[in-house]
Amino acid sequence: MSRGSGGGLDANDGRVWLGTPAFPEAARTALADTQLRHNLRHATTTIRAKRLDATGEVPHWEELREAGAAIKRRTARHLDHYLEQLERSVTEAGGTVHWAGDAAEANRIVARLVTATGAREVVKVKSMATQEIGLNEALGAAGITAYETDLAELIVQLGEDRPSHILVPAIHRNRAEIRDVFAARMGDWGRAAPQDLDDDPKALAEAARLHLREKFLTAEVAISGANFAAADTGTVAVVESEGNGRMCLTLPRTLITVMGIEKVVPRFADLEVFLQLLPRSSTGERMNPYTSLWTGVTPGDGPQDFHLVLLDNGRTDVLKDTVGRQTLACIRCSACLNVCPVYERTGGHAYGSVYPGPIGAVLTPQLVGVDKAPSLPFASTLCGACYDACPVKIDIPEVLVHLRARVVEADRDRRALPTPEALAMAAASAVLDSPTLLGIAQRAAAAGGRLTTRGGRIRRLPGPLRRWSATRDTPPPARETFRTWWRENRERR
Amino acid sequence: MRIALFVTCVNDTLFPGTGRAVVTLLERLGHTVEFPQEQTCCAQMHFNTGYRPESLPLVERFARVFAGYDAIVTPSASCAAMIRHNHPVIAAQLGGAALRDAVAAVVPAVHELTEFLVDVLGVTDVGAAFPHRVTYHPTCHSLRGVQLEDRPLRLLRAVKGIELVELPGADSCCGFGGTFALKNADTSTTMLADKMSRVLGTGAEVLCAADNSCLMHIGGGLDRLNSGVRIMHLAEILATTEGAP
Repeated sequence: MSRGSGGGLDANDGRVWLGTPAFPEAARTALADTQLRHNLRHATTTIRAKRLDATGEVPHWEELREAGAAIKRRTARHLDHYLEQLERSVTEAGGTVHWAGDAAEANRIVARLVTATGAREVVKVKSMATQEIGLNEALGAAGITAYETDLAELIVQLGEDRPSHILVPAIHRNRAEIRDVFAARMGDWGRAAPQDLDDDPKALAEAARLHLREKFLTAEVAISGANFAAADTGTVAVVESEGNGRMCLTLPRTLITVMGIEKVVPRFADLEVFLQLLPRSSTGERMNPYTSLWTGVTPGDGPQDFHLVLLDNGRTDVLKDTVGRQTLACIRCSACLNVCPVYERTGGHAYGSVYPGPIGAVLTPQLVGVDKAPSLPFASTLCGACYDACPVKIDIPEVLVHLRARVVEADRDRRALPTPEALAMAAASAVLDSPTLLGIAQRAAAAGGRLTTRGGRIRRLPGPLRRWSATRDTPPPARETFRTWWRENRERR
Repeated sequence: MRIALFVTCVNDTLFPGTGRAVVTLLERLGHTVEFPQEQTCCAQMHFNTGYRPESLPLVERFARVFAGYDAIVTPSASCAAMIRHNHPVIAAQLGGAALRDAVAAVVPAVHELTEFLVDVLGVTDVGAAFPHRVTYHPTCHSLRGVQLEDRPLRLLRAVKGIELVELPGADSCCGFGGTFALKNADTSTTMLADKMSRVLGTGAEVLCAADNSCLMHIGGGLDRLNSGVRIMHLAEILATTEGAP
């Protein structure tokens, strides 16, 4: 999948976009793109250092993480209760709640709500949930144009690109590339970029500002996601860095929010924990620049018509799996992406999903079924950096290994004959369960190793091990294994 | 104290010198080491690749073979982490009550080598001498799986004559990841290239770590480059004395 190939969602099931090719092949394309790798390394290294500073200065950071994890655990255990409470609170505050079982239903609801206002254009706050369901494409099919107003989302939309990061969707682009996109495409969507636009960040921001201001002042409908929603008060929260979100959330008459059902928190007071955890983990800031909170509608102030669409789209299936369930605690901070050595090399597109990186490698297969994204749980060295960084303590390596077992089981059930890998694993298990067989295998390997050794190293290995020996020499199996040495030197002493 | 050595399948087959070094070292410190001959493997490869049923007999074997020892010492942070964190999971999911009990009894006795030296034996100066320029790579399982913290460095700093140089970006993964190196060979190789350039930048003669599997990966790359940098398990450096360089 090359960059700038457009699209991004599977129109057939409308769920999370799924990568074909599988991760290893998609990664190869990214690895060959030195500009991409340079952009990624620069961005992730910078943000990683900032996060460490910002989290390091909080003396009770570990307790905060545990508090966040505990709130999320309790929410997941009683999700039905809190969602019903949220529905009551939002309704009492003058909003309308809609329930969407899947992406298609959510898209139908939103398209119907927009159409009822008579508007043909909507402004959007950056939102993972609406990307997950392919809302822009669905609205487009209903004759409605959705304008992304987050700067990075704007870059992605104008460039007919796909987001490659949860928080910084255009992380794979540098400013020269962004200048070219603005200069070429802004005029097609509204106010064109200035003729003499250069790649100075200030100039780029000003071009985006002028382009977007027209949209804010004319749009009658806005669509947002939600970072949190408090069940007790019905308050919905969006946090962002640019203020563009606040423009969308306050200026238009109608506001439609699409929210994954796992975003509910029991109490308004719980925001205290997450509004500390999120900005420090995501952008390395002590607090985020814009925190917008709204509760239903307020006559004469802000949107006069508020709709909250509660999106399931596979989430209740995730809840059933007691190990996988912790994935739903994710607050989309993207700290795991920024510390992941695999993400740093491959970028987000290789994951073939709107949810890239370590969290995407565990969330995507669970939302769509492990059989549809079987390469993703293996797209990790299990180094554990993601678990260390996660502000709500999602044990991503644990979930990865758990999902690997589910991939292998699904494979076993589907196939009449075992895969070569399954045969090798079974054989290895049998050999390793017998010291006698292990000794025979060691002697055979040592003999084979002597035949293929050059200068004391093995240069080429057979079968699937060739992928190892393409770039690495291997020591030959020892003439005398440790157990043989032990028998000769300690047992017989 | 009855001390058993769990040498690991990789060390037994490919790096027997590491096992011999552990024996030399512990005997020099005045301890007797036993090597239960029925031991084989911690099942990490099976478990981490998704083959849980295949890992069960190896977990049973480990719990059976190592029952009754006061300490089980292993020169592999990665295998120690596997046993500590995942044997109980496998026993709970696939084993009966007897296996759960057997695993629960054996797991607390398992120590990675540097944990055993520093925490149990209470030594940091093991009487080693190694007059070479050395850099240390903390493997992911050393850092996060068993959290060795600065134990390996404290042991290395006490080695006579050693010139210990810091490895920049030490905490970033080398790209091995077990079967990851095969399933995602290209990504693995890119991560390896970054790690190698940092190792070469230190000017070290020797790269050491507490896991031979990661060293096999990094060292395999360094050999392919004919870099001349030698890989050594930490135990081999700690076992070296002035009399036996």
